[in-house]
Amino acid sequence: MFQQTKSVQKRLRQEKLARAVFACMTLLMVVPLLLILFYLLYRAMPALSPGFLLTNPIRGMRAGGIWPALVGTIYLVLISLAVSTPIGVLAAVYLNEYARDNWFTRIINLAVVNLAGVPSIVHALFGLGAFVLFARMGRSVLAASLTLAIMTLPVIIASTKEALAAVPIPFREACWNVGATRWQTIRHVVLPNSVSGILTGVILQVSRAAGETAPIMFTGAVFYKAVREGDPFPYGLLDQCMALSMHLFTVSTQVPEVPAALPYATAVVLLVTVLVVNALSILVRGYVRSRKKW
Amino acid sequence: MISERAMETLIRLCGFSTILFIFAIFFFVFREGSGFLFTGFRPLEFFFSPQWYPTSQSNVRYGALALIAGTAGVTVMSMMFAVPFGLGAAIFLSEFCGPRVRETLKVTIELLAAIPSVVWGFIGLTIMNSLIIQIFGAPIGLTVLNGGLILALMSVPIIVSVGEDALKAVPDSYREAAMALGATRWQMVWRVLLPAARNGLLAAVLLGVGRAIGETMAVLMATGHAVRIPVSPLDPVRTLTATIAAELGEAPVHSEHYQVLFLIGILLFTITFAVNLIADLVVKGVRGQS
Amino acid sequence: MAREKHIEVDGLTVTYAGKPVLNSVSFDVYRNEIFAVIGPAQSGKSTLLKTLNRTLDFIPRARMQGTVKVGGEDVRRVGNVYELRRKVGIVAPLPVGLPMTIYENVAFAPRMAGVRAKSELDARVEHCLTQAALWDEVKDRLDILGTRLSGGQQQRLTIARALSHQPEVLCLDEFSIAIDPVTTMRIEDVLKQLRERITIVLVTNLVQQARRLASRTMFLLEGQVVEVDKTEVIFSGSPASRKTYEYVHGIFG
Repeated sequence: MFQQTKSVQKRLRQEKLARAVFACMTLLMVVPLLLILFYLLYRAMPALSPGFLLTNPIRGMRAGGIWPALVGTIYLVLISLAVSTPIGVLAAVYLNEYARDNWFTRIINLAVVNLAGVPSIVHALFGLGAFVLFARMGRSVLAASLTLAIMTLPVIIASTKEALAAVPIPFREACWNVGATRWQTIRHVVLPNSVSGILTGVILQVSRAAGETAPIMFTGAVFYKAVREGDPFPYGLLDQCMALSMHLFTVSTQVPEVPAALPYATAVVLLVTVLVVNALSILVRGYVRSRKKW
Repeated sequence: MISERAMETLIRLCGFSTILFIFAIFFFVFREGSGFLFTGFRPLEFFFSPQWYPTSQSNVRYGALALIAGTAGVTVMSMMFAVPFGLGAAIFLSEFCGPRVRETLKVTIELLAAIPSVVWGFIGLTIMNSLIIQIFGAPIGLTVLNGGLILALMSVPIIVSVGEDALKAVPDSYREAAMALGATRWQMVWRVLLPAARNGLLAAVLLGVGRAIGETMAVLMATGHAVRIPVSPLDPVRTLTATIAAELGEAPVHSEHYQVLFLIGILLFTITFAVNLIADLVVKGVRGQS
Repeated sequence: MAREKHIEVDGLTVTYAGKPVLNSVSFDVYRNEIFAVIGPAQSGKSTLLKTLNRTLDFIPRARMQGTVKVGGEDVRRVGNVYELRRKVGIVAPLPVGLPMTIYENVAFAPRMAGVRAKSELDARVEHCLTQAALWDEVKDRLDILGTRLSGGQQQRLTIARALSHQPEVLCLDEFSIAIDPVTTMRIEDVLKQLRERITIVLVTNLVQQARRLASRTMFLLEGQVVEVDKTEVIFSGSPASRKTYEYVHGIFG
């Protein structure tokens, strides 16, 4: 029927080529990642064992386990979560439910974006100046957690805002029409239907807080601190603590003559923790999408 | 209705808190560094001299040029990889691939973004290090190239995500009009979509740049410890961020060295603030147009 | 028989960001009557309803001048605006089942008003669903999601919800747009029964509906009152305005 002219053929070839090039570019980012992950796992095998997770490091951290770092990370994550979630959720409620479309709101949105873009080392400096020194908390779990909380605030705000905006406006109007106040509407209809989006944000916050090193390096995390193995409450709020992320930095750069498997194993534990947490958030999102109430 | 009023006040306070926190960050970092700013600070030396000897006994010098060059070098190197690959992937996800593939790739890129910076630093320290030594025969593998590649992998997710949003924001009518005129997909992308999404794509790149400039742990571990202006990608360097991380532990509290490090923090804050502001204005420009 | 005025509107002017939507509108509504407001699209009918219960407050850059009085009280000076919204209920054009159980949908307003006793809530739910001609269809499945009902059922649910806070005035904004004729007829029967206890303001684009239900009708065109009078007069061969005749007989609109 239609004879493909030379120019049409050329364009179709261009089209196929472009498609292939873009596909390759995308794959080129993904494939090395998988290779790296497998290599890390491979090098870490000799050191990985249940004992690794539950014992203190010994012999100047050249052997033993990562228990204090694991517990420390959990402390930091939970405390920073407890602080950033209420503030972040309410800030998002303000932005989505109360704020009007004026320059002031734009400044707040700008502040959120900027807060997200502040370099992690600057957060560390802030934590040092504000919490450790000015508020006299000293280098402590508390100071480090508060620093992490402020750092991860934008994550909670962004996810909550998205979840709130997904609740259709007619629901709110229906509530107002029967005499419900703004807060009653938010509390009884909007927030309950945003919980899954908020949860996604919380999970993301957890993953960020667990992985960050710089903000806790000068505000409360230390190279080494032995604690009672198997004790889930070894740290006080004003104590210093170890953390997984910090520990990886320590054993890979600060400790001479470390058997190679040890830092790899630490990296794998941290990586797996973070990836599992993120995968959880993706699953939650998928589950939510399938259970829509409207 | 008292509790309604109280709740609304609390909510407003939380809304304003973000502004408060940004100011607080600037205030407290400035506070710790301001002492030096008004006593011994010499801007010419700071910005234009590569001689960084903060711990010298006899001749203390705070020339940050090498550090600035280090940051710039690593950032430029990373953007050389991240921008084409990131935008390419954004175009692929948005225009060329099917929904199932898109979902899988998006999940992968999201996981890529989740990897902590210290793990990236570790990868640079170990895997990338030996790769560079083997491939290029360099004496050490902790170089601009190492940091650049790692940073590229770290910045790509944000470029892809914001870039894809920018492309999705272009109305379908543009695409349909181009296709109706007989254009192939690629021609439509090159001649219609990219110009239309130009602002959003620029914002994506800017955000990637901001990410790269601000990164600390990965460059601390992957770029080496040489404080000198790099001349080739195989030179080791030190960035502004890594300098703070590496030296703050040693500097006595409130000493001159300590204060200078805080000043570098202010510099970093200002740079990333400016980059984010420009990106925001660029995007708003889009909104104003359409 | 001197009838009591329930709603008094005088010189009402509303602008959205400077654009006029209602221009010097004045009319009265008497207690226990069905008062219809007819007119083509964009005449300002929905805006009119929003001024009655002050949900206009939620529209940014909306300005209101003139007076609106419900039961003698100026709506802009009431002590408790939420109480006003419970007094003047509005049913929106598109049926909105809140994403909660049917029971919760109807119990929502009383709960927000402070009613706690389960027995009282149960009674209200049954009463309102009965009044809205929905009880028989849903009494066995009160715990399914309101959003799972059909369009016609959701509209009746919305009416039940509007009745749950025991309003004095019920406003319906083009309630039959998204539902089938059979359900429309059922709801019209409901309205005829409700009239004995509640004043009803019916905004509609179906002129025949106004003719069937209302005792007095107002013709609103482009934000201005053309004519307000007894329904028989509006639909007769000689209403006060030529435009009314033309609209009612389908010559335009």
